[in-house]
Amino acid sequence: MNEYNFAYLDEQTKRMIRRAILKGLAVPGYQVPFASREMPMPYGWGTGGVQVSAATLTPEDTFKVIDQGADDTTNAVSIRKFFENTAGVETTEETEKATVIQTRHRIPEAKLRKDQIIVYQVPIPEPLRFLEPRETETRKMHSLEEYGLMHVKLYEDISQHGAISTAYAYPVKVSDRYVMDPSPIPKFDNPKLEMDAIQLFGAGREQRIYAVPPHTKVVSLDFEDYPFEATKADHPCDLCGAEDSYLDEVIMDDAGNRMFVCSDTDYCRSRREAGHKGRLAEENAA
Amino acid sequence: MTPLLQVKSIEKRYGARIGCSDVSFDLFPGEVMGIVGESGSGKSTLLNCMAGHLEPDAGQVIFDTRADGPVDTVTMSEPERRMLSRTDWAFVHQHARDGLRMSVSAGGNIGERLMAVGDRHYGDIRDRAIDWLGRVEIEKSRVDDRPSAFSGGMQQRLQIARNLVTGPRLVFMDEPTGGLDVSVQARLLDLLRGLVREMGLSAIIVTHDLAVVRLLADRLMVMKSGHVVEAGLTDQVLDDPQHAYTQLLVSSVLQV
Repeated sequence: MNEYNFAYLDEQTKRMIRRAILKGLAVPGYQVPFASREMPMPYGWGTGGVQVSAATLTPEDTFKVIDQGADDTTNAVSIRKFFENTAGVETTEETEKATVIQTRHRIPEAKLRKDQIIVYQVPIPEPLRFLEPRETETRKMHSLEEYGLMHVKLYEDISQHGAISTAYAYPVKVSDRYVMDPSPIPKFDNPKLEMDAIQLFGAGREQRIYAVPPHTKVVSLDFEDYPFEATKADHPCDLCGAEDSYLDEVIMDDAGNRMFVCSDTDYCRSRREAGHKGRLAEENAA
Repeated sequence: MTPLLQVKSIEKRYGARIGCSDVSFDLFPGEVMGIVGESGSGKSTLLNCMAGHLEPDAGQVIFDTRADGPVDTVTMSEPERRMLSRTDWAFVHQHARDGLRMSVSAGGNIGERLMAVGDRHYGDIRDRAIDWLGRVEIEKSRVDDRPSAFSGGMQQRLQIARNLVTGPRLVFMDEPTGGLDVSVQARLLDLLRGLVREMGLSAIIVTHDLAVVRLLADRLMVMKSGHVVEAGLTDQVLDDPQHAYTQLLVSSVLQV
């Protein structure tokens, strides 16, 4: 790892990113522009999250990467390897032991502590983007707190599907001020956005960083007669039997058999080690 | 009686060229003012200056707000002006697609202004959207269709519904009947006249169609090269034009 500065980025760049992070923490939900660098991975693979992690990591940290809840998928493995090579930090798959967690599309099931930092990879940081394509206009809407348009999207959902069908990247209002895209996490995770840990969001391609400090009020937008619901598949996990975790549906064969498993692999593993069993657990144990 | 809108010596220049110059008038509540003139005479520039879309180089646009009485909208802060343009003002564009969100259903289009001023009850918003569709003579069953599936006349009526749903007091209209065929124009004019009278709206209508102002406007201003050349009661100006240009304009209308 000697060819690289600690955590790949040079100190000036990390300093610039840390300034953006601090500004983001000072103004919860506000998108701070930053000079995003080229990273040795394609856009869309977490270049924003990686830069925020690089600026946040210290040599004493323990690092965990989540991709859609899992620790063992391509994105998670490659980013974990990246920081093993360039920063030499400890890595772990256990949420409990990690101090910095970079994640894509999920918040871990285990409650995060105040000494942890969670870094989200964000593809499109602007919640109003698909309704209003002009950046000048969306910035003005944020600065003037004109968020009626966000409800137009929810209105369209209800009028077309009978319920708010937005299932991920569900818009939230942070600290009664900024409407924020919580990155494409399922709306099941939205209530967890009020947590003890520091939450940082990095969008590399769009060059934006934003943040939610611990214990900040985060409200999911809704209508009075169609309140927000954190939904998940109505099923227990088939491996560990958990009823409270977000589930992935896995198709088993072409005869319609399917199983539901925890999307958070670490949570599922720790429950199975503690002796919990789901519907299809026996054959795995054997 | 306080005028709803007082325009004082508005001037807008594009470099050395004049957009409109030294335009002043008062508009009283319930009054409909027509602005006619040929293309390039500064009608639209004037309208955009009054509606806050363009910043005039000189002059005042004083609007009688509900809360604070007469206020100069040119110097007021942008959040206040945008709030005004969502609540007490309405702007009907010539092309409906400039004023509508084409990818959002008719109901969503009408509901947008309601949601923008803080309405958060889906059932209420939808009921009001359906009510307004009825008032502009669009079938209620089309509330979930997108405007792209509507005809030109329906799109224009939808745009009017979307603008009037918050009960504005002043409507700016830029060629509201432009690009529509004559029978659709006639229905739209009939509808507009009904709504203006029923809601007691004040309106400023920019058009080059003298039939439109004859039907809708109480008073008329004729513009040429950025200046107002003649103003007065509509029938008076149209029946007894004094200025050479107005005489030309009136005599240019084809009689069928």
